[in-house]
Amino acid sequence: MARIATSTGYVPLLMRIDGGGRVLLGLMLAAAVAVPALNLLTPANFALHVPTYLVSLWGKYLCYALLAVSVDLVWGYCGILSLGHGAFFALGGYAMGMHLMREIGDRGVYGNPVLPDFMVFLNWDTLPWYWHGFDSFAFAALMVLLVPGTLAFVFGWFAFRSRVSGVYLSIITQAMTYALMLAFLRNDMGFGGNNGLTDFKDVLGFDLQADSTRCALFACSAVALGLGYIVCRLMVTSKFGRVIMAVRDAESRTRFLGYRVEYYKLVVWVVSAMLAGIAGALYVPQVGIINPGEFVPANSIEIIVWVAVGGRGTLYGAALGGVLVNYAKTYFTGAAPEIWLYLLGGLFIAVTLLLPKGVVGTTSDLWQRRHEIFGRRGSPPVASQGEQREAAE
Amino acid sequence: MNVGAPEAIAAEQAIVLYVNGVTVSFDGFKALNNLSYTVRIGEMRAIIGPNGAGKTTMMDVITGKTRPDSGEVFFKQTHDLRRMDEAAIANLGIGRKFQKPTVFENHTVFENLELALKSKRSALHSLFFRLSREQEDRIDSVLATVGLRPQREALAGTLSHGQKQWLEIGMLLIQDPELLFLDEPVAGMTDAETEQTAELLRQIAGKHSIVVVEHDMAFVRALGVKVTVLHEGSVLAEGTLDHVQNDDKVIEVYLGR
Repeated sequence: MARIATSTGYVPLLMRIDGGGRVLLGLMLAAAVAVPALNLLTPANFALHVPTYLVSLWGKYLCYALLAVSVDLVWGYCGILSLGHGAFFALGGYAMGMHLMREIGDRGVYGNPVLPDFMVFLNWDTLPWYWHGFDSFAFAALMVLLVPGTLAFVFGWFAFRSRVSGVYLSIITQAMTYALMLAFLRNDMGFGGNNGLTDFKDVLGFDLQADSTRCALFACSAVALGLGYIVCRLMVTSKFGRVIMAVRDAESRTRFLGYRVEYYKLVVWVVSAMLAGIAGALYVPQVGIINPGEFVPANSIEIIVWVAVGGRGTLYGAALGGVLVNYAKTYFTGAAPEIWLYLLGGLFIAVTLLLPKGVVGTTSDLWQRRHEIFGRRGSPPVASQGEQREAAE
Repeated sequence: MNVGAPEAIAAEQAIVLYVNGVTVSFDGFKALNNLSYTVRIGEMRAIIGPNGAGKTTMMDVITGKTRPDSGEVFFKQTHDLRRMDEAAIANLGIGRKFQKPTVFENHTVFENLELALKSKRSALHSLFFRLSREQEDRIDSVLATVGLRPQREALAGTLSHGQKQWLEIGMLLIQDPELLFLDEPVAGMTDAETEQTAELLRQIAGKHSIVVVEHDMAFVRALGVKVTVLHEGSVLAEGTLDHVQNDDKVIEVYLGR
């Protein structure tokens, strides 16, 4: 009997990545090489030249895509509807922002070699304890993972152990990001208050305004998205992944099978928060600012929209949704500045009504139907779960 | 430890489940009221009772979902089930089948059994888990036992109601529990399916202790085992089906009023 995708034995890495994922990885690899090359090596009047503003804009989209993938991991596979992932993104961003502030050194407006401008402005004379260490890039990079990871761990420890789930959990995640927003808005918190952190000069000694730095940041974002995708994909295709999907579909059944559901949730939750933190850390140097606006609850809800538009529970679909919606946003603000919000809202409603499985889910359904109509009898190639279900119905 | 007669000790050791004086109240309503009974190792027991008799609460207490207000619940003399959560109790060797068949609908039948297969339950272990040849054979043998070989790669959500019930029983078997709780295993089944299920349970009895909670008298009769009748949270009668059916109190509860 021909075996299809069961879990026995060793499965090579590439086999665990589905078609859409391979396209995503291929695109990211190509973009990481081609975009910097087309920006740096071609003259400005060359037809395929990529201007620097586009490099940064697309770098930003890729950060959003990674954020969407991190949300899809918890929502699409484990059923945890997080409406607070913007907080992890922002915390990663702040960790990177603090490093970039320290890198400014004495080139700030007030010329203080240690204190960032806003602290001088507030008449502070010493650096708060929690700003120490951020002069080191390695330390900051570690904090990009540890700060969101620790918050997620503490939050998840209490929430999952008390078996808070469903709508209640979603509301608490909203409260979490809202509370952080209020905290970061306060000047005496020491994170620049309302203005946040900005006026960055360079990173690792490279000028942030230079084309080459922008290209490097873009390439990093593309690689981070690819690696983040691989990490998530390996998780969801392992037995671990089958357990978290079991939790999503029938939590108490999983518990009565002897799995400690709370620990499984905690692991995906923390991994997801760290991925969101990485996305935030790559986002900040490309947009040049991080402020409490990133904690706004609406931002976190928007991430859910990206995932839903792209296709929940596919990972690559989430990445696609993140890019697609943000591209649409940019396009609408330019093409129809007065009514762009209505157009965006209309898009969301249209997708929800017409494409309930998102762009990816609907496309693969259509693909499947085409195959059914035009034959292709005999043994099908490795069928995905969704296709098997369709076929069985 | 009191040192009793050798026969008494042997009899005690043969007990897999010991429930004594368990009371559970919800807002003053006593779902269980001083409930006591025991199940011997390898025994199959049927528990019947009208709606609200406390059957589900009784299972909730034993599987760790509900904490009793008072009383004791022991598994094999030494394990105090009141102190453990669902996962710990499941890993100890007590399996539970829900009334409504609960399988993982987006997983294949094979994957459902893989998840239930006796193995380490930690998240780290799952991340690097690889199924061995022996484990796969074990899954296939359980598939054969519950008659789902042809559906091996089908999504569990596509199974019929009866097949889902069997899959769930298979998921319990593959956990290799010492004690199984089956909540209405034939609810919604056709007569033929009910017959097959009774046959299946008779096959696996002896290797496991089984407690079947059931409404279907024909099915209980087909099992041919000792019956415990619950009423208002305590044991009303116990014995063979014929014995309890002729019991005046049971007749009053079921037919009277």
